[in-house]
Amino acid sequence: MIPLIQDEICNKHKWISEEEILDIIAISETTPGPIAVNAATFVGYRVAGVLGAIFATIGLAIPSFVIIFVISFFYKDFIKIKFFDALFKGLKIGVILLLFSAVIRLFKSFKINLLGIIIFAIVLVVSIVFSFINITFNYLSLGLILAGIFTGLLITALSKRRENK
Amino acid sequence: MILFELFYTFFLIGLFTFGGGYAMIPMIQEQVVNKGWISETALTDFIAISEATPGPFAINIATFVGNSVGNVGGALLATLGVILPSLIIIIIIAAILKRFIKNRFVQGALKYVKPVVLGLILSTAITICLKVTMFQNGSLQSSINIDKKSIILLVMMIGFMLIYKQVKKKSLSPLKILGICGLLGIIIFI
Repeated sequence: MIPLIQDEICNKHKWISEEEILDIIAISETTPGPIAVNAATFVGYRVAGVLGAIFATIGLAIPSFVIIFVISFFYKDFIKIKFFDALFKGLKIGVILLLFSAVIRLFKSFKINLLGIIIFAIVLVVSIVFSFINITFNYLSLGLILAGIFTGLLITALSKRRENK
Repeated sequence: MILFELFYTFFLIGLFTFGGGYAMIPMIQEQVVNKGWISETALTDFIAISEATPGPFAINIATFVGNSVGNVGGALLATLGVILPSLIIIIIIAAILKRFIKNRFVQGALKYVKPVVLGLILSTAITICLKVTMFQNGSLQSSINIDKKSIILLVMMIGFMLIYKQVKKKSLSPLKILGICGLLGIIIFI
């Protein structure tokens, strides 16, 4: 998606410089919310203010919305057909492979330190244990993400104090 | 009321998604599958559909779940819910707080959210893998019921992907992975 953004926004329309778009993408990756939506909002805002942000984001959403809306009507009937049932059984294996390769890719790009690896391991064990025991707790991921945020804030605050001494 | 719940749920998911696409899946599983809005199987099917169609995963999944639960209105409100946190946060950052991102505390928080998200995605990958290959009625509490065909397909694909990477010096693209799995699925499972 990023090459497409660069081509449309910087080369064709010359709305934003190549350098600034890299900044925008970096910010979009670090703020909460899906990256594509963040980037669309940011570019829209830089070009035409709040209205620009709203229109760019709606513009991004419409094609997906329409395509998926149509597909979701057919989905239930499709999977009743033996051919599509077999197709989707195969695709499920593909999805598993995609998830594992996403984890490997992200792990390589994150530059995680030792504490990060410990946090990663704790989260992994806790969430797997939770899926095996028969408790449905809808806010486990959210709680763990918040715990991660607070750990980060705490460590930053503590490291500041150490620098002052 | 269901419409408001859809909006609120996807607003929450949008607000706590750090990183792209797959980072949402653990939360979708908790918030959407546990509420019985869509089944686990439909979610995995949909991840495949979303990979094979254009558009960001977040908007695709919101539209799909919204439509299954609350028709057109549901699809619209779920999609609005998932994009609204981005819209608000990014406008604030772009308008007044551009330096906010460089702040040490923000960077510190992000540094430790990343391993959490990574752990959550891996745990989701493992549980989905177990459900598909060993617990076919979709619950990890039920008795083990091994699906040999799925395991064979999985092992074959891992082997193929490793060989492909050695020979071509790059990874197989997501669309190709799905294409091959779908094709083999038709041959094996039909």
